[in-house]
Amino acid sequence: MTTAAKQAEQLEVGLTLHRVGKQYGPITVLTGIDLTLRPGEVLALLGENGAGKSTVASIISGLVAPSTGSMTWRGAPYAPAAPADALSAGIGLIHQEMRLLPDLSIAENVFVGRLPMRGGRIDRAAMNARAAEQLKRLGLNVPPTTLVRHLRVAAQQQVEIAKALTLNAKLLIFDEPTAALGLDETDRLFEQIRRLKGEGVSFIYISHRLDEIPRIADRVAVIRDGRMVATHDTAQVPTKTLVEQMVGRPLDRMFPTIDPPPLETAPLLEVDGLTSARGDFADVSFSVRPGEVFGLAGIIGAGRTELVRAISGADPVSSGTVKINGQLVRLDGPRDALSRGVVLVPEDRKGQALILPQTIADNLALGNYARVAPSGWISRARTEDFARQAIKRFLIKGTAGQRVGQLSGGNQQKIVIAKSILRDPKVVILDEPTRGIDVGARAAIYQIVADLAREGMAVIVVSSDLDEVLGLAHRVMVLSRGRNRGVLDRETAGRVSVMELATT
Amino acid sequence: MEAKSSGGGGVLRFIRGATGPLIGLVLLCAFLSIATDTFLSVRNILNVMDQITVLGVMAVGMTFVILIGGIDLSVGSVLALSGMVMGYLGNNLGWPFGLAIVAALVASSACGFVSGLMITRLAMPAFIATLAMMSIARGIASIITNGQQIIGFPDWFSNLAIIRNFGFLTVTVGAMIVITVIAWVILQYRPAGRSLYAIGGSAEVARLAGINVRRTTLWVYTICAALAGLAGVILSARLDSAQPSSGIGYELDTIAAVVIGGASLSGGVGSIGRTVIGVLIIGFLRNGLNLLQVSPFVQQIVIGVVIAVAVAADTLRHRGE
Repeated sequence: MTTAAKQAEQLEVGLTLHRVGKQYGPITVLTGIDLTLRPGEVLALLGENGAGKSTVASIISGLVAPSTGSMTWRGAPYAPAAPADALSAGIGLIHQEMRLLPDLSIAENVFVGRLPMRGGRIDRAAMNARAAEQLKRLGLNVPPTTLVRHLRVAAQQQVEIAKALTLNAKLLIFDEPTAALGLDETDRLFEQIRRLKGEGVSFIYISHRLDEIPRIADRVAVIRDGRMVATHDTAQVPTKTLVEQMVGRPLDRMFPTIDPPPLETAPLLEVDGLTSARGDFADVSFSVRPGEVFGLAGIIGAGRTELVRAISGADPVSSGTVKINGQLVRLDGPRDALSRGVVLVPEDRKGQALILPQTIADNLALGNYARVAPSGWISRARTEDFARQAIKRFLIKGTAGQRVGQLSGGNQQKIVIAKSILRDPKVVILDEPTRGIDVGARAAIYQIVADLAREGMAVIVVSSDLDEVLGLAHRVMVLSRGRNRGVLDRETAGRVSVMELATT
Repeated sequence: MEAKSSGGGGVLRFIRGATGPLIGLVLLCAFLSIATDTFLSVRNILNVMDQITVLGVMAVGMTFVILIGGIDLSVGSVLALSGMVMGYLGNNLGWPFGLAIVAALVASSACGFVSGLMITRLAMPAFIATLAMMSIARGIASIITNGQQIIGFPDWFSNLAIIRNFGFLTVTVGAMIVITVIAWVILQYRPAGRSLYAIGGSAEVARLAGINVRRTTLWVYTICAALAGLAGVILSARLDSAQPSSGIGYELDTIAAVVIGGASLSGGVGSIGRTVIGVLIIGFLRNGLNLLQVSPFVQQIVIGVVIAVAVAADTLRHRGE
């Protein structure tokens, strides 16, 4: 065999994944993933939120070890124990959120951990020269001594790419690279990807923006519920087909029937022209009637969480109003919204709703002191009595004195919901109420949602799980890039119609 | 777990969660009782009580601060400022002495209020804000008399720390006990006290639950400084003098007492009961080392080792959970 032919054959082999699976305790997040990637190829990896795309990226880049299966890279077995192994093998992951040191220069960020040395000192000249070379290759016209803090998000991303390139990366994994980019910046990124492709670099490209796929990808793979459901050897696949493969057949899930409130009912919650002070969403208007379940759909980064946080007073707004029963809610903090009966069950349970090292009783009492002890004297006995009632009512598996951190996700979520419901709210907003929760607990939470609506509360359900939104909500509003793209009735709302609005 | 928490009387509840440090305290007392003739005598125990009043009062305020995940480095300086304000107004300006005490407490509280404003309004880290206040308060304390000490207070005032009412209780020790009990009741039974645990556990969770985190934080630093001011008054009574240089390093003793008791510097964990145990450990340890005629230099080493052991033991215990 000639050297050239041998080389060609080796080059044909990029990355392969063989029956790769991942379990976290009893939860299976990936099953039997097979994947091949040839040099100089862009593979788009698609799937709904939580389908397992990021886990695949993490396994390939050495962040997590697969539970089952094997990988090969350029013809040899590949099992990175840490990201450093992946990097030295030439595989780099460009995170959705940049992981750069803001107060160091571009060059220092590119070479952090392996600064070029000469005579026991850092060779700054060589470092800057090499960084400048990569920046030029990427078409980024900034001195390598600029502090990363002063760069725009798009430029920061270029620094990440430059970092990977100085490691002679042969495979770059992009996780939602364009989520924070404008149109021009996206075009620039695509140009660079094409140029690097020409140099033999391959890419795994994870994105929710389906319109980008035919522009940049060579092949498409779709993951759903941790399984590879389809691979296409071309990127020219109709969006509708991709969406259908992403959302798949409805799982066998039972949603309780909730009768919609009469149409003439006056709205309980009115949101008018609400605009984020941080630019996360703009000019969003909608209203929810008592007894109604209102769904809020959209992809990650569409501004859903930011919108509901603003409605509950947790984040600042620059304009617009929120009214409860016709009365304006002050949005300068969560206190006025809470006192008017708006409660938010946040997406981030651990960071925003629970104090994990403290007990169930302490967590339930938090913010509910007036109900725990109307006299103003909170004894442990009263706190625990209060907790026991909630534990019984919401079927929480645990005891009052148990630490919340020891509970399963489903039980933690029930505590968060219980804590909010015990305030006797009028408007209940649930952000990703079943994320990280097993199927049994999901049914219990759907039942709680139905009960709340039947009791005459206005319920807003935010979910990335389309089946959930469609199964629970009377109406669905679709957000995309911070804008209301339309409110669909239950009759007209379907997976495809929602996803089409969500990916605009 | 359930049985343990529902059983147990007031004493057990008071020291809840402080079992490790409590065992240490009991062992320490047992050892000192055997190793020395004088440790286990009423007279010596009363002496220790007198010696720990200043630390005990400051540690109550520091417990509040550490519970919300904060730190107050200014308490030693505020203590000095308080003594100087009282002495200057009472002795040099001839104010009624009671009024001078009140003014000292107001001045101290103001320091904490300003620290609290820096932390809540200017979003300064508590470490930096109170470090600044530590320097400012010390400076003001020294300016008042241009660095001179003030000696000789009214007899009734000095007697507060000397005369043992009912044969055992000085007013200053009594004040420490009353403050400790009030603080315990607030932390254990009042919404305001319970919110401190929530804020320390997670300020964002507490805020979203409708707790006014800013206002509470402001109060906590104000109260901590007020108690440091009271400690300054007590120290002045004990010494019958006030000095701009008093209380240097007390902030670290105070933090040590709270931490030895088992509070977490990241907030949310701690209690008055634990702090009392921490204060007693430091008090008995110093007293015992003196009785054993250990040099003050070696004492410093011992105290350092105790802090390290106490916190390491606590961390290891939690890692097991």
